[in-house]
Amino acid sequence: MNCRSEVLEVTVEARQVEESMLALLHTILLHRSTGKFHYKKEGTYSIGTVGTQDIDCDFIDFTFVRVSSEELDRVIRKAVSEFKDALSVSGSDGMGQICLEFYQKKKSRWPFSDECIPWEVWSIKVNVVNLANEQERQICREKVGEKLGEKVINVVEVINRHEYLPKMPTQSEVDNVFDTSLKDVQPYLYKITYQITDSLGTSVSTTVRRLIKDTLAL
Amino acid sequence: MDSDLSPQDKKDLDKFIKFFALKTVQVIVQARLGEKICTHSSSSPTGSDWFNLAIKDIPEVTHEAKKALAGQLPGIGRSMCVEISLKTSEGDSMELETWCLEMNEKCDKDIKVSYTVYNRLSVLLKSLLAITRVTPAYKLSRKQGHDYVILYRIYFGEVQLSGLGEGFQTVRVGVVGTPVGTVTLSCAYRTNLAFMSSRQFERSAPIMGIIVDHFVDGSCGQRPVTMGQPCNYRPPDDEDTGPFPGVQDSQEVCTTSFSTSPPSQMYSSRLCCQPPIITGPELCHPNATNQVMHAGKEGTVVLLPTQTQEAHLTLEQAHNTSTSSGDEEGLSHNGDGRSASPSDPVESLSNFTRKVGAFVNKPNAQLTAASLDLPFAAFAPRGLDAEENDRMVQPPDSPSCPSPLQGSLHSQGSEGSGPQDDFVMVDFRPAFSKDDLLPMDLGTFYREFQNPPQLASLSLHISSQSMADDLDSLPEKLAVYEKNMDEFDAFVDMLQ
Repeated sequence: MNCRSEVLEVTVEARQVEESMLALLHTILLHRSTGKFHYKKEGTYSIGTVGTQDIDCDFIDFTFVRVSSEELDRVIRKAVSEFKDALSVSGSDGMGQICLEFYQKKKSRWPFSDECIPWEVWSIKVNVVNLANEQERQICREKVGEKLGEKVINVVEVINRHEYLPKMPTQSEVDNVFDTSLKDVQPYLYKITYQITDSLGTSVSTTVRRLIKDTLAL
Repeated sequence: MDSDLSPQDKKDLDKFIKFFALKTVQVIVQARLGEKICTHSSSSPTGSDWFNLAIKDIPEVTHEAKKALAGQLPGIGRSMCVEISLKTSEGDSMELETWCLEMNEKCDKDIKVSYTVYNRLSVLLKSLLAITRVTPAYKLSRKQGHDYVILYRIYFGEVQLSGLGEGFQTVRVGVVGTPVGTVTLSCAYRTNLAFMSSRQFERSAPIMGIIVDHFVDGSCGQRPVTMGQPCNYRPPDDEDTGPFPGVQDSQEVCTTSFSTSPPSQMYSSRLCCQPPIITGPELCHPNATNQVMHAGKEGTVVLLPTQTQEAHLTLEQAHNTSTSSGDEEGLSHNGDGRSASPSDPVESLSNFTRKVGAFVNKPNAQLTAASLDLPFAAFAPRGLDAEENDRMVQPPDSPSCPSPLQGSLHSQGSEGSGPQDDFVMVDFRPAFSKDDLLPMDLGTFYREFQNPPQLASLSLHISSQSMADDLDSLPEKLAVYEKNMDEFDAFVDMLQ
């Protein structure tokens, strides 16, 4: 089974990075989250209810919908905030990429640790620009709003192809497919990583470090 | 072919499609109410949330949808459409978008109804939630109010897109294959808003683009949104009935259970018809209910766009009058020091317009540069005598050409102390401004530009006091800095 990979690209001002990333990540997670599973006897289960919430962006002419879960929002905001800080440290010609990866865990025998097999990866490439005056910023505000709208349509289009999704798990396997740590919703298992490319186009050693760490973890 | 589908599956599928259609209408109409929507997640299934999504049911909307469906289901050649249009306070209306729920012939026989179809319909509803915030009508609906309202109309049958004008765009929300056909949800929206631009419905965005409470955490529904009237439905002379009867059958409980058993076994899925666990008022949106019922009445309050602007101008004029009377005192302060009342009307205009720097009045305390041994003393506030030579304050005489300015300068009664001619003009008629509908537009801007309100922190005695304090403490600060000069040098080296 091949991992599905989608790339989205946005060009934003520095102050719009946070909201644009939140908008796209939350839109994806809205579609990849279900209610909490409640397993009953006879191998059946019922699903809790997912609420939604409209969020207005302050620096972009845009409103997006996210799952009503403060816990999930906190986790995503933390990741986006780290990405944003890394981007701003890298300099004014910031280019970076934040990846949202959905994976399944596959239990391995000892001494090998569980394998994480991604089944869908969303890469959001960000170019940060600096604008000279308020008029340009105002135009950028509207343009980025339109672009984000197009990206949301792209996301929806991919998701509605209804390609591979992990099978619904039994009670013992649910933690291999879903993130059951939140108390109100249940997204598929996911992880968020990011890379910053400096102006030379070479990616900083975050990825390399992560590869080494993963290899050593075996 | 229905023969492959068990009766239970067929029944389930029909029910899914029916409630999917009703929920679709709810999502679309609620997205055009002009308010931010917020519903809560619940980990324990309440049994009344179809497709495991918390979507409230506005009874009027459900009623309209059922009326349009008239017991039928969306099928091949029979689409359910929700048309969103805009109606101005003058009675003009324009279709903005049409959402279509269609069924085509392409069947997916192998798909499991109560599991896969149900989950995919749930995903499609989430996509609908996302896409309804992306089409252009969303922004318009958030700004609805006195100038225009957003209306919806539900119809069943052939899709009609002719009212959307030329060049309309289509966005597909998604598709779900079922054993009896493929459900498709799409939206066609107008791109040609030419009718709109001449009426200036779009209010200009804030210049800085920053909302004041950006850094304040708001919980669900706490931030006030733009005042908006919710969707009304045509015809506008619909009866203003009392509360709609609770539509009990739409609250059929959906206690779908899913099985993790292998597909070869019969999966135990059941839909129970139980009395609703949550009673009607909790499910519907009470505010929306009242608003929908009374929207017809509110809609009759008509304010033409031009009138609205004039109303704004009136406010601004009042504001200007109050600030300029405050300015007038400042000016009279300045005027005290002036030599003679100016005779040249253009010069009096200059006196009226020019000040020592923006927002700053000259302080009474004359701190001459010579008395302070300061660097940059040239930038300290000047004495009055220096002002006469300051080109910023006394511009060189412009060629005297007759202009409407002169007429208006002489024509106004004085609002303040006697010899002062340079104060507020009530009917300031600037050159080159159009006279017809908005005679005060340029004038208001001109006056505002010239009479910015005084900053409290820069009022006379406060500014001079703080200046004096700063100057007093300067020698001490300099002494300290000189003592620590080595540290500073080391710091600078470190940075390099």
